[in-house]
Amino acid sequence: MEMVYYYDGSFEGFLSCIFESYAKKEVLTAIYRDEDAVPTLFDCRTVVTDQDHANRVLRKLIKISPSAAELIQKGFLTCMEEKELHLYRLVVKLLGEGPSFLRKLSDETLYPVATAVRHLHGEVHLLKGFIRFSELGGVLGSEIEPKNRVLPLLRTHFCARYREDAFFIYDRTHKEALFYAGGKAIIRPIEGFQMAPPDEREANYRLLWKRFYDSIAIKERENPRLRMNNMPKRYWNTMTEFQDESYFKAESFPADAAGHAVPAGKPVPEILPGCELSDPG
Amino acid sequence: MPLSVLPAVLAAVVQRPTIKHTMDVLEKLSILTDAAKYDAACTSSGGSRSFKKGHIGNTSSSVAGCCHSFSADGRCVTLLKVLMTNRCIYDCKYCVNRRSNDTRRTAFTPEELADLTINFYRRNYIEGLFLSSGVYRNPDYTMELMIQTLRLLRETYRFNGYIHAKAIPGAAPELVEQLGLLADRLSVNIELPSESGLKLLAPDKSKKAILTPMRQIQSRNIQNKEELVKYRHAPKFAPAGQSTQLIIGATPEDDLHILRLTQGLYDQYRLKRVFYSAYVPVVEHTLLPGKDVKPPLLREHRLYQADWLLRFYGFRAEELLDEEHRNFDPRVDPKCSWALAHPHFFPVEVNQADYETLLRIPGVGVVSARRILSARRTGPLHTEDLRKLGVVMKRAQYFLTASGRMADGLRFNQDTLLHNLILTEQPSLPQPEVEQLSLFLP
Ligand code: SF4
Repeated sequence: MEMVYYYDGSFEGFLSCIFESYAKKEVLTAIYRDEDAVPTLFDCRTVVTDQDHANRVLRKLIKISPSAAELIQKGFLTCMEEKELHLYRLVVKLLGEGPSFLRKLSDETLYPVATAVRHLHGEVHLLKGFIRFSELGGVLGSEIEPKNRVLPLLRTHFCARYREDAFFIYDRTHKEALFYAGGKAIIRPIEGFQMAPPDEREANYRLLWKRFYDSIAIKERENPRLRMNNMPKRYWNTMTEFQDESYFKAESFPADAAGHAVPAGKPVPEILPGCELSDPG
Repeated sequence: MPLSVLPAVLAAVVQRPTIKHTMDVLEKLSILTDAAKYDAACTSSGGSRSFKKGHIGNTSSSVAGCCHSFSADGRCVTLLKVLMTNRCIYDCKYCVNRRSNDTRRTAFTPEELADLTINFYRRNYIEGLFLSSGVYRNPDYTMELMIQTLRLLRETYRFNGYIHAKAIPGAAPELVEQLGLLADRLSVNIELPSESGLKLLAPDKSKKAILTPMRQIQSRNIQNKEELVKYRHAPKFAPAGQSTQLIIGATPEDDLHILRLTQGLYDQYRLKRVFYSAYVPVVEHTLLPGKDVKPPLLREHRLYQADWLLRFYGFRAEELLDEEHRNFDPRVDPKCSWALAHPHFFPVEVNQADYETLLRIPGVGVVSARRILSARRTGPLHTEDLRKLGVVMKRAQYFLTASGRMADGLRFNQDTLLHNLILTEQPSLPQPEVEQLSLFLP
């Protein structure tokens, strides 16, 4: 029987949909988040997130192969259109054909997911470089506007880099933030975030960086197209070197980066294989 | 961590040493960046400093090749690339910092530079420092200034990020040793690819002064590897190896000469990288190309492509160029040139060829070759599959078969093949420059 499912948008909710489709022997033609509900001719049902069901599906996937589970988890972080349906179909294939299916890179079910995950990795790689932190009251803070939900994959890198510091990265697109302090990191949804203005010291380093950036280019080699290919414009918005004058002016009152409430909300899939904090020391 | 604790943790003010910047540092930064920008090396690859307690930063493989920005010329910005000072006692004709050039001179203090580095690093502007210098007073004095800076960074600031330092030719071996224990990578720039070029344009430098520290770094690297096997905590000496830079187009050496030199440096000095820098005419001099001559960007591009083939594709210099073909064809990349000159090697059947053979197909890279090996284990591959594996079919299609067949509807002969290959690459190339060598005085 063909069905449309609705779920709460969480990764566990998505896995619960898969569980339910198998339990009820239903074939899914679409999976939508509750808020994206559209009128449809198909029969539809809302699946309630069940932690136990979700765990069973995830364990099953890990049993097929850990990299299959990782692919599904990462696929869920991507901005692929109808990612739920793509991932659901991939799970069906994996359960049917086993782990060797992962080698069929040109298969029409696997290819779009693998491509989306490749874009996710690409964006993560670029952001490792393009993220700009400001030091505000001893805390390092930054904002990004990624297409994909990159925070879980940025976590290990920045935790290792700023091991002894406190920092946060706010994702404007998905309205969630990664917080790190005292050896612990969490990712939480956050509404109405506003970055504190720079103090004199911070404004000064911003200016120094802008000056360095402007001086390092060789005029005789100017090549706007090459720069754009390497560093797409959509990242410039949050990069120090492309801000207008006001960004380099200090505010007279002391910066306060800490005054934000952290509302409770749906948790995001933050634990990924190879993405947990491990102590390498 | 309970959420309620967060604001408190985030509000915690961490005390760190402050240096009051005056406009002075901003000025110095402009001058000493401007003077350093012609060095092509700006990568943090090959680092391996993992986290250390109480330190900031890491140079694990996850940041290899991490670009923090791209400058207006499209080049990757990874490191704070500056000179310690642009004062110089030497008079290399091609260089903006040469003694006889009338330009503003300044120097960082080690404190200023360490403070800049650590604060740029904290803000994720950079992956580390690339420190070079003019020769101030004498090579030893210059190296001591650099060592002081690095020592401040590593010991006082506990900086665990990437450092690339230039060894100054002519400095005492003990100083090279100290520098190597603080830096991740060392480099000695050859700059001019021949001894006659050096004599003519860099009369204060000799081939020997350049090669001596190179050899020292190489043997020290080998010795260090053995030490590290015996004692895991032995101090690391330039763990990311050494590199050098060659200036292209200031002197009349051809591509064959440069590529052979490159091959020799990889074989005999175990360099990690050779960088090429298209000469930008910064000074009017009878021995140098005139100021209106454009930097030979296309030539530099071809040399980088060939260098890539030497390092990752199993090619040797003598396969790519020889006495009859002394320069790269500007119209097609070196791998395509090689393929066109070896028609008997093709087409390659992707379902059977080994890794090395796959790598010889234009349009097949290291990643796509590996994907082909993996994917073909589940069943025979067809031409339609290859694009999805990352093969650049508009180049590769002429040189391969999949399950015995070429891509559908493909018609070509030797002449149209070259034409087609030229067309596929054209849009992404740097502008061809005016012929340089003819402007060079005999
Ligand atoms: S020694 Fe270095 S800085 Fe001094 S003139 Fe020669 S190339 Fe320039």
